[in-house]
Amino acid sequence: MIRIILACLALLAWSAASPAAAQEGPLQAVLQTNASEVERASRRSVGEVLEALAETGSPQLRAFLEAWSDRRIVMRDEDGLFFFGERDGDIYRLSDIDTGEPAGEVGRREATELRPNAGVRRVIGAALVRFQLTDPTARVRREAVEALERAPSAELLEILRASIEEEEVPSLRAFKQAAERRLTARFDTDPAARIAAIEDLSGSIRIEDRAALSRVLTTRRIVAENGEAPDGANVAARLRPGQDIGTEDAYSLLVEADLVPPRVTREARDAALVAAISEGAVAGFPVAQLDDEQTRWDAYDALARLDAAPARLTDDGIAEALETHAILDLYVEEDSAITDAARASMDAVEGRLALHQTADLGLDALSLASIYFLAAIGLAVTFGVMGVINMAHGEFIMIGAYTGYVVQLFVPDYTLSLVIALPLAFCTAGLAGVALERLVIRHLMHRPLETLLATFGISVALQQIAKNVFGTQARPLTSPDWLAGSWQISEVISVSWIRVAIFVLALIFLAAIVYVLRRTRLGLEVRAVTQNPGMAASMGIDPGRIGMLTFGLGSGIAGVAGVAIGLYAQVTSEMGAGYIVQSFMTVVVGGVGSVFGTLAGAGLIGGLQKGIEWLNPSNTLAAQTFMILFIIAFIQFRPRGIVPQKGRAAGG
Amino acid sequence: MTRIPLIRRPDVLAVLVGLTVLTLLATIGAEMGLVSTSFVKTLGKTLCLCLVAVAMDLVWGYCGILSLGHMAFFGIGGYAIGMWLMRARTEDIVAAQLANRPLPPTPEEIDQAAATQIFGVVGSDQFPWMWVLSDVLAVQLIAVVLVPGLLALIFGWLAFRSRVTGVYLSILTQAGTLALSLWLFQNDSGLRGNNGLSGLQNIPGLTHVPQSTLSLWFLWASAIALAATYILAAWTVSGRFGSVVRGIRDDEARVRFLGYDVEGYKLVVFTGTAMIAGVAGALYYPQAGIVNPAEIAPIASIYLAVWVAIGGRGHLWGAILGAAAVSLLSSWFTGGGAPDIDLGIYVVRWTDWWLVLLGFGFVAVTLLAPEGLAGLILRLTRRRPDRIGDMGPDKGALRREEASAEPAE
Repeated sequence: MIRIILACLALLAWSAASPAAAQEGPLQAVLQTNASEVERASRRSVGEVLEALAETGSPQLRAFLEAWSDRRIVMRDEDGLFFFGERDGDIYRLSDIDTGEPAGEVGRREATELRPNAGVRRVIGAALVRFQLTDPTARVRREAVEALERAPSAELLEILRASIEEEEVPSLRAFKQAAERRLTARFDTDPAARIAAIEDLSGSIRIEDRAALSRVLTTRRIVAENGEAPDGANVAARLRPGQDIGTEDAYSLLVEADLVPPRVTREARDAALVAAISEGAVAGFPVAQLDDEQTRWDAYDALARLDAAPARLTDDGIAEALETHAILDLYVEEDSAITDAARASMDAVEGRLALHQTADLGLDALSLASIYFLAAIGLAVTFGVMGVINMAHGEFIMIGAYTGYVVQLFVPDYTLSLVIALPLAFCTAGLAGVALERLVIRHLMHRPLETLLATFGISVALQQIAKNVFGTQARPLTSPDWLAGSWQISEVISVSWIRVAIFVLALIFLAAIVYVLRRTRLGLEVRAVTQNPGMAASMGIDPGRIGMLTFGLGSGIAGVAGVAIGLYAQVTSEMGAGYIVQSFMTVVVGGVGSVFGTLAGAGLIGGLQKGIEWLNPSNTLAAQTFMILFIIAFIQFRPRGIVPQKGRAAGG
Repeated sequence: MTRIPLIRRPDVLAVLVGLTVLTLLATIGAEMGLVSTSFVKTLGKTLCLCLVAVAMDLVWGYCGILSLGHMAFFGIGGYAIGMWLMRARTEDIVAAQLANRPLPPTPEEIDQAAATQIFGVVGSDQFPWMWVLSDVLAVQLIAVVLVPGLLALIFGWLAFRSRVTGVYLSILTQAGTLALSLWLFQNDSGLRGNNGLSGLQNIPGLTHVPQSTLSLWFLWASAIALAATYILAAWTVSGRFGSVVRGIRDDEARVRFLGYDVEGYKLVVFTGTAMIAGVAGALYYPQAGIVNPAEIAPIASIYLAVWVAIGGRGHLWGAILGAAAVSLLSSWFTGGGAPDIDLGIYVVRWTDWWLVLLGFGFVAVTLLAPEGLAGLILRLTRRRPDRIGDMGPDKGALRREEASAEPAE
């Protein structure tokens, strides 16, 4: 920086002192000396010109190089001087190379544009990076590093190293250093330095660092004739046909290497047969007989013996050819010490990566588990207290979500609407639950199977009503801005804030329910009715009232879960049905009527689902299938769930 | 214990006569051009639904197992026969196309082309493993009963031996059904994912027979299957086996203490009815023309339970009544047959509101007429309903009436 300013001052002083020389500044002088190399620059010769130009220390050098690379330099034909030339119709507006001042105009035909080829431009670009890396603007410097990494080379490594010393911004300095490590690992001339850099890279899971390592480990596939690896080759792997590489592919590699004749495909065979049909027969085989594979091959071989078709290798011949020749993966890097170090680093990185991915998966599972917990806890409590399965539970989730949607229609502020929607959803769904209990479930006491079906009837009706009222298309439930985006914990671990919020919500409800059940009069009565309703009734507890209250509570929580689910998924009339089976599974696995059982069940099912999805990421449907099968198997060992319950519901 | 000869029982007689009259009327009507082919198909399909409803009534109304998976067995039966129908027909078409080539087609080529034709929609050009024997009709016919039977046997054995009962069992069957349908929804399950199997109304080898005739054949086949199953079911439940099974429904523990192998009885009923459901499905889907995983989803099985409950469980003929009434009403309402009601401010369109009516109507039936249509009819025709109280395994089970009286029907 300071150097440049000093150079500028010196230049100013110098040009002021000798006005006559202003005609031909230092750059122009160098260019004139090397005029022919400049005019017809080649990748090899341009280096010397650039060095000579650099020696001038001219402040215009960077502008000149950029213009040269962009084809904005022209040579005036009459005197061979070089100028910045701006094309304007039929003329070039010229400006001086050393001062940048206007220097008149010249007709289009009286000047020659310099057209450096791609190779030359690359060399010029490398020279420019030097300037950009020390540019006064931090953004330009950062972009220069990024550009440099897109097309890295050994020369750029030196330039980058030189610029690190002068870097003053700490973050940018670290950025440059990280890039330097990656370039060192790939391009340094000293193997020891490369190995050191490679070992440094093992500590990072950043994608650029992994890419640098895998570049070092780049392989190419060759066919080694007679199984001998070429001298000095750094063999990465010897591929066994049929195991590491398909026999088909291995054979076509041999074909490419001209070691064996190409395979005759069925199409080629049939074409050859059809072409050879004469008088209803092919090589003595009547056409009508060619209706199975073996006969067709026999006919083809007969053709081949008559030299009417290329011969083919038999399966034995193919096996023998694959046996004789070897297919090798060779490292492009020839030094095995370096590839060994890179392999070791890569293994370490992959181990670390797996750890981070596991953590990420764990967080995913946790957030899924908290959704299942919210959806299922209401079901678990009502099932425990009343011994009935409420098939309409999913529709309470839906009611909650639609409540949230309606609130957002009236309250445009997303934060405020959420604050209103949560308690409102609790009340709406809770009231619907109380109504269901009063009107239907109470009258079906002791008929659990019929309750199940009757609540299913309610569920069908509610779904259809929602469809009729809100339409079939999905309705959005928009989350406020502070819930948008995600929490980036590391390169691979991230959780969206909505999921964090749902987790917190689940924790709050867990605490609330545990408090209500353990510390309040209502909770005491609920536990009493759960254990023995007859005894509880004779102690002065009204099981009907308790049933109604629990039902309201459970349904209300489902409504809140609906708002939470609606925030990250869409609100549809069928959203509840999608969660109902998972909720049942959660309850069944966890143990009926137990809060902590439900928690364990939700954790197990969420973890299991994410785990299976991870094993088979392309197929979430299969994940659900396997999970349900697992649960059916689980019931074999713990028919009453993780936390079995004593009392009425345990009687079955 | 003496049995009333089956043929003298009024319900058996009524069912047999009713089926005969129905099929004869439909045949005559179709021959005279009064009844459309699609209506004959609807009748045939309804009879198949009645058949599976009888199976459901056996397992739920008599054995007390609320299975929410019998429509899955129904669907499996459809898939089993559909595999043969689709493959045989596609191979016929493909062979006809390939016959124009200069070389006569090889069996491999026909296979390959048929597989591409069938599985092109799911991005595959090979027959999956389960299709290996799908070109043999006998194998697929055996699969119609064997696959549902085996699945029911394995599932039932696992569930019953760990003493899973009541709502737990219902939920478990529902989960199993869901697992099956989700698996079928995948493209790589080998059964064309959510495309399902289609074109099943075309019977290979019978392409010269018009659909109007085929539909009558299927109507007759469905009626015969229903009649045979009804007689078999009525005979089964009227004997000692039936008494034990009803005992299990009413109080499982007591029957176990009396020394009966409760799990064995349940397993026989569960597996047997699954096989009946498979047969019903195999008769239904060639009439429907297409089978896809949505038909196996748990909701279908729940509807089946609803039909039986509305018809009146514990009466085989009630199940038939319920299935026929609700499925016909349902297609009348959803098909736009019912007139819209103009309320001035809002027009009630039954295509939108039928499910609401069905849902609430079903709740009303459960609350007000727990014995369903059959209970109402019995109350009208007899002084004394043959049974007081509910039919569940809880309070009111094993009434003295039932213990002393002969089997109800």
